[in-house]
Amino acid sequence: MSPGSQHTSWSIVFRIAWRNLWRNHRRSLIMLSAIALGLWGMIWMTALMRGMVDQMIDSSIKTLSGHIQIHAPGYLDDPSIEYLMPPLDESPALQSLLGTDDVVAWSQRIRVPAVIRSERDVIAVTLVGIDPEKEKGLSFIGDSVTEGDYLTSVDDNKLLVGKKLLERLETRLNRRVVLMSQDPENNIAERGFRIGGMFDTDLEATETGYVFAGLETVRKMLKMGPGVSEISLLSHDYRQLDPLLEKTRSAAPAADVKSWIEQDPYMGSMLAVMDGFVLVWFTVIFLALSFGLVNTLLMAVFERTREIGLVQALGMKSTNILYMVLIESIIMLLMGLAAGNILSWLTILPLKDGIDVSSVAAGMEFAGMSSTLLPAVKMYDVVLANLLVLVLGIAASLFPAWRASRKVPIEAITRVWQ
Amino acid sequence: MTIEITNAVKCRGVSKVFSQGELAVHALTDIDLDIAAGEFVCLSGSSGSGKTTLLNMIGGLDVATTGEITVAGKRLDKMPMSELADLRLQHIGFVFQAYNLIPVLSARENVEFVMQLQGIEADQRRVNAMEILQQVGLTGMEDRRPAELSGGQQQRVAVARAIVSKPALILADEPTANLDSENSDKLMTLMRELNSQIGTTFIISTHDEGVMAFAKRLIRLHDGRIVSDEAI
Ligand SMILES: Nc1ncnc2c1ncn2[C@@H]1O[C@H](COP(=O)(O)OP(=O)(O)OP(=O)(O)O)[C@@H](O)[C@H]1O
Ligand SMILES: [Mg+2]
Repeated sequence: MSPGSQHTSWSIVFRIAWRNLWRNHRRSLIMLSAIALGLWGMIWMTALMRGMVDQMIDSSIKTLSGHIQIHAPGYLDDPSIEYLMPPLDESPALQSLLGTDDVVAWSQRIRVPAVIRSERDVIAVTLVGIDPEKEKGLSFIGDSVTEGDYLTSVDDNKLLVGKKLLERLETRLNRRVVLMSQDPENNIAERGFRIGGMFDTDLEATETGYVFAGLETVRKMLKMGPGVSEISLLSHDYRQLDPLLEKTRSAAPAADVKSWIEQDPYMGSMLAVMDGFVLVWFTVIFLALSFGLVNTLLMAVFERTREIGLVQALGMKSTNILYMVLIESIIMLLMGLAAGNILSWLTILPLKDGIDVSSVAAGMEFAGMSSTLLPAVKMYDVVLANLLVLVLGIAASLFPAWRASRKVPIEAITRVWQ
Repeated sequence: MTIEITNAVKCRGVSKVFSQGELAVHALTDIDLDIAAGEFVCLSGSSGSGKTTLLNMIGGLDVATTGEITVAGKRLDKMPMSELADLRLQHIGFVFQAYNLIPVLSARENVEFVMQLQGIEADQRRVNAMEILQQVGLTGMEDRRPAELSGGQQQRVAVARAIVSKPALILADEPTANLDSENSDKLMTLMRELNSQIGTTFIISTHDEGVMAFAKRLIRLHDGRIVSDEAI
């Protein structure tokens, strides 16, 4: 073999790295646990954050907004009976779009401000006329009726009232209430309803803010023509709505088409804040980890000065010595990550039905939190956390590895030290 | 008819000065030395006379303050670090005075280490290592780590590693320091055999009269200077 042809002898580099790792058991185990716990912290924190955000978004979408909403221009500024959309038969393009695979569910609604009156109290609400079948799977009302009956058709003349509103009105199921609103001619429209069902949601504001009746019943009460206030539709993924949004806009050029996030900018900014928070959290954990890692490796390299000098003297190239330290670090990182992933999985698995946070949830209902928190483990987050620790961990090890590969003064191995 | 002898080692005007604070230690002064391929040289001298320093210079482990050193026809002072590393790996076997073995490797793995860097096949490595360990009298201790071996046994592992891949030049710094005279004689005999059979050049530093008896050429150092140089 000619000089200059020293190859990287991976087997020896690996063997020494592996055995070096276990020379100081305690130190290595502490570092391994730190990596494992760090990863666990990253995965848990993101899972909780994502769970929270998902729940908030889900409840916002379910409340009535859907993924995309279509209104007559002007309605969103003044949600009254004056701003109505023409019936669907008059816009065939929109009608056929609603029939495509992109749209999972959709429904039409009449939605007007109203006042509800019981024997005891008068409360302002939003009266929503719905198509009961089509609301199932689209908004919360389809599966939130816990007492009494859900509406059976658009002509159903019973009323669905929220649990909290029932309490405030001091009335009960099957009692009568009166609803008042305005018809298109600005006259008072009034109608008595029997309370047919009570709905229960996590959000007090939803329970007190809305009452539901059959679409055609409301239409008759308000003496209005064939128009509707809104069309709400649900697609597949709330993060990927842009293509459908485009199509909807071109199918209904005269209408005001909005995605849930445009409709609820508060939720959008909440999302951004959460993402930022996750990043800060990752950074903090990682800084602590890399500090420990660099420290551990430097200590090890320092302790091994003599043998590093020895392998240099025997002719091992500095790149191989660099690899030796890097591989030790990579093995440590990979084992720590494996342990961290297992730990995360073991601790999150039993909680897949949610964590009961009702004790703190009351204060957070405004934000759309419910009383159970469902940790949402996203593959993307787990992979990101793992990659982050691995890649940045290797980067942090470069310095100690470089230190090791520098020339050791020859006295380290040729002088007998007293 | 003259046979041209290629120089294995050539030193011209080599000096080494260590500065210790304000003090300058002249470890070597103006060394001129030619060692031909196939010689078996002993370096003797009292402690501090410069034996280790000279061996380090020849092995390319340290740089001379002034002067030129040529090994295997190559000027060491002109070589970049990585080429020096390759020269050591492919051309020179080392036994160091103070620290010789990689603690996490067994005796056999330590012997195989250099062969592994040289890219020799695993089977071949193993055969060579077992054979050489037997020759230095360490049969049955192949799997012990250095910490489980006595000082003398460690030294024999180091000698085994230095000679196993049959380099052209072997630099051994007090290889018998921790050995009894019986083991010391065995080791020296082994080295002499290697020298006469395949012409390996040896430079061995020692205090030991018994070791000097094996030398074909004896160089005495005193205070960093060569005071005598004689063929025996
Ligand atoms: N790194 C150094 N810094 C300062 N002085 C040094 C250094 N290395 C060696 N010396 C000095 O150089 C001189 C020669 O040392 P060297 O180690 O070569 O002697 P030696 O003949 O090998 O001695 P021994 O038989 O004790 O091993 C000594 O005076 C020593 O103190
Ligand atoms: Mg010495």
